[in-house]
Amino acid sequence: MSKSTAPRTESLSNVSIRRSTHSPIFTVIGSLIIVVLLSVAPWIAPAQVASTLMNFFILVIMATMWNLLAGYAGMVSIGQQAFVGLGAYATLYFALKGVNPFVTIPLAALATAVIAVPVTFLLFRLRGGYFAIATWVVADTAMLIIGTIAVLGGGTGRLMPGLENLSPSQTAHYSYLATWIVALIVVIGTYLLLRSRLGLVLASIRDNEVAARSAGANVRSARRTVYIIAAAGCGAAGAVLAISQPFIQPTNEFSMQWAAEMLFVSMIGGLGTIEGPIIGSIIFFILQQSLQQQGVWYLIIFGVFAVAVALWQPKGLWGAFRSRFRSELLPVGHWVRTERLQTKTPEPLE
Amino acid sequence: MGEHILQVRDLTVHHGQLCAIDNVSFELNRGEVLTMIGANGAGKSTLLRTIAGLHHPSSGEIVFEDVDVTRWQPHKRVSKGISLVPEGRRLFSSMTLEENLMVAAGQSRSLPFTVERVYELFDWMPSRRKQRVWQLSGGEQQAVAIGRALVANPKVLLLDELSLGLAPIIVERIYALVPEIVSQGVSILIVEQDVAQGVMVADRVHCLLEGRTSLTGTPADLTSEQIDQAYFGADMAKGSLSAEASE
Amino acid sequence: MIWVNVIIQGILVGGFYALFACGLSLMFGVLKVINLAHGDMAVVAAYVAVLLSPHLHIAMLWSFLVVVPIFGLLGYVLQRTLIQRSIDRDPFTTLLVTFGLSVVIENLLLELYTANGRTVDIGSIIAQSWHPGSIVYISYVSLVVLAIAVLVLAILQLFLSKSRTGRLIRAVADDREAAQLSGANYKHIFGIAAAIAFATVALAGIAYGMMTQFAPTSGGVNLLFAFEAVVIGGIGSLWGTLVGGIALGVAQQFGAHLNPQYQVLAGNLLFLAVLAVRPQGLFGKKTALA
Ligand SMILES: Nc1ncnc2c1ncn2[C@@H]1O[C@H](COP(=O)(O)OP(=O)(O)OP(=O)(O)O)[C@@H](O)[C@H]1O
Ligand SMILES: [Mg+2]
Repeated sequence: MSKSTAPRTESLSNVSIRRSTHSPIFTVIGSLIIVVLLSVAPWIAPAQVASTLMNFFILVIMATMWNLLAGYAGMVSIGQQAFVGLGAYATLYFALKGVNPFVTIPLAALATAVIAVPVTFLLFRLRGGYFAIATWVVADTAMLIIGTIAVLGGGTGRLMPGLENLSPSQTAHYSYLATWIVALIVVIGTYLLLRSRLGLVLASIRDNEVAARSAGANVRSARRTVYIIAAAGCGAAGAVLAISQPFIQPTNEFSMQWAAEMLFVSMIGGLGTIEGPIIGSIIFFILQQSLQQQGVWYLIIFGVFAVAVALWQPKGLWGAFRSRFRSELLPVGHWVRTERLQTKTPEPLE
Repeated sequence: MGEHILQVRDLTVHHGQLCAIDNVSFELNRGEVLTMIGANGAGKSTLLRTIAGLHHPSSGEIVFEDVDVTRWQPHKRVSKGISLVPEGRRLFSSMTLEENLMVAAGQSRSLPFTVERVYELFDWMPSRRKQRVWQLSGGEQQAVAIGRALVANPKVLLLDELSLGLAPIIVERIYALVPEIVSQGVSILIVEQDVAQGVMVADRVHCLLEGRTSLTGTPADLTSEQIDQAYFGADMAKGSLSAEASE
Repeated sequence: MIWVNVIIQGILVGGFYALFACGLSLMFGVLKVINLAHGDMAVVAAYVAVLLSPHLHIAMLWSFLVVVPIFGLLGYVLQRTLIQRSIDRDPFTTLLVTFGLSVVIENLLLELYTANGRTVDIGSIIAQSWHPGSIVYISYVSLVVLAIAVLVLAILQLFLSKSRTGRLIRAVADDREAAQLSGANYKHIFGIAAAIAFATVALAGIAYGMMTQFAPTSGGVNLLFAFEAVVIGGIGSLWGTLVGGIALGVAQQFGAHLNPQYQVLAGNLLFLAVLAVRPQGLFGKKTALA
């Protein structure tokens, strides 16, 4: 081994941080075409397709938020349904006050973000698995509290007001557009967020938390910001959910199913990439649609698939694809490069 | 069986991308005390931990009693006869002194080192065996760590920086045990930053500099200037620890 | 007198929570990971007990003699394969994998056995109770379950402090590397810890099935209560878990007394209050805290 390959004398000057910048022209044009097509989908496609797409967007929103939490900030939450439910109920609450349901969407996101702030102060006292279960306790508590409020329908639920004077097709079109716009904002917002300074901090935490701390990154406040943003995103998802399926019921809106779906979708698609949750959602919907007649088998199969991916392909399908073809549709990565790399990694024992 | 109880051949170990041990080879003879010296971060602990099985080398071999143990799990190496007293002692903090020893004690009573035998070696221990280890002083903790390694009845004992955080008089007392242990047929590989202490008990000295071998020899053959140079690298040797190194 | 009953009922159910939780606590202490499918294992055990007993021609009451060892073995095998594999990646993966397992198990049970409630049938004793005061009823079954919980905790405590294997388990929990250097095969020790966790949770699952109806989704709720008991009592303390379970049980009974809707909520609020005021729990060390 030659002297120069040993980076023992490595100094900071050899480390440079580069942000990937390439944005292939075909990707941009392709994305534009998809965006336009999806924007007019309810007018050109059968109602059934539009409603499936809407559910797909809701899942993409949730999964993108979960991926931001877990994939980028290292927090495994199994209680994000808390914010889905709170978003749905915030929408119901504002609509009951006479606000147009569509206008309530940003209000619902804001409300859930505000609620998330004190929650972080409790949750951040725990870590790892205990953090995960505590998020679930929070979700359970939120559901039970909402269930005691009679105006909001208590445990039995109530119909979303404010949609009566729209025709069914108008309701369908508007709620489709609302969902689509929220999904666009969430995905693009996440993309921009990860290219911002916060993204850099998150990347440094992910690479080496101790080093990030000692380099002055405020790990806790970065995590808190992410948690609040993820809450707001799930709140918006809950709001559009409440509009598209306007009978609001605690057990539906706060269902553990949301947590399971967002987690599986992100894992399968690939944690820590923007595209991963989207690709995972596509796979999920294909599976769900094709196994529609078979009860919950789609969830069982999907769960087994997710476990297998976590064990044998932890970067997910998109991660695997990307490392094979080195392509990125939405480049957000901050790459920490060390010159004169020693890339040989040891094999595990036995 | 050969005269070498332990052979390390072309060993290279990485921590991620950092090359901590770079192509190091040496052997330990039966009944010998070999001292590894080197500055902070030279890779001494990494070397011992790799021999004990806690790190996986990227290349190279570790041969113990003519058997290649490079890919063995740590507990298998312990039962074969390699014990490490790790840097910083690493006692089981929720346990008593006696429990710490009993964790490692072999089932057989006929081998040279039993818990009772360790109590003879350290006569203060029996009266305090029910105490939690965090109530013990640093020197006492180090003694427990050594005892814990001995009750596994090693043929090769790896000692990582026994002097860490201890007063010189305590260090001397601990090193006074080395001949006693060797007399039971144990070969010892010592890692030490306290050069004087390390060289004094050694049959041979091996110096590591930034992961590579910079010097080997017997204490009698080596001058303090040589050791300084090997310890700090050529440029920094002037005006350094020569007083200490010459003991 | 009403309050006496509330407290007594709380203590009875608290014992059950502790039985449910001790495996969770042990596994976290030794492996430093949480098995999110812990609760579902209890439910599977209850199903196995119900479905297996007729084939073995034994009364369901005695099914635990068969089911508990099976689950011990299952725990060991699952640990040495799937869970160890995920631990080898990182704790993060372990959470994802065990959560995935939990969802799969729950839905599989739903698919195979529907959402209908079932019970582990133990005959007429289920309806009998001791009636020491005007409105205080102590069900014999609950009393036996509490006794079993205390017994299991005592045996576990004794095993950990006195036996050689117990010592190795504690050594691995204290310092995995140092334990390896003392000759412990930590993967085997992990397997044993998981075997104990699975065996105790199987026992808890069967006990649950004796006391009340269970359904595929019962596992999740009980995991939640077990977890709350562990945190309230203090992470890493077996007897703390018992006290935590009792505190949780009393809080729930108290809530239920005000309004049946408040039963679970009161427990959750106690948990959140403990997290806010004394995050290390009543008897805990600060190890699991951020
Ligand atoms: N677990 C680890 N992960 C990453 N890097 C490590 C790890 N252990 C050691 N290193 C690095 O490897 C190099 C050698 O470390 P090692 O602990 O072997 O040195 P040492 O000679 O024992 O030093 P000291 O005298 O201070 O104990 C150092 O640069 C250290 O930062
Ligand atoms: Mg060292």
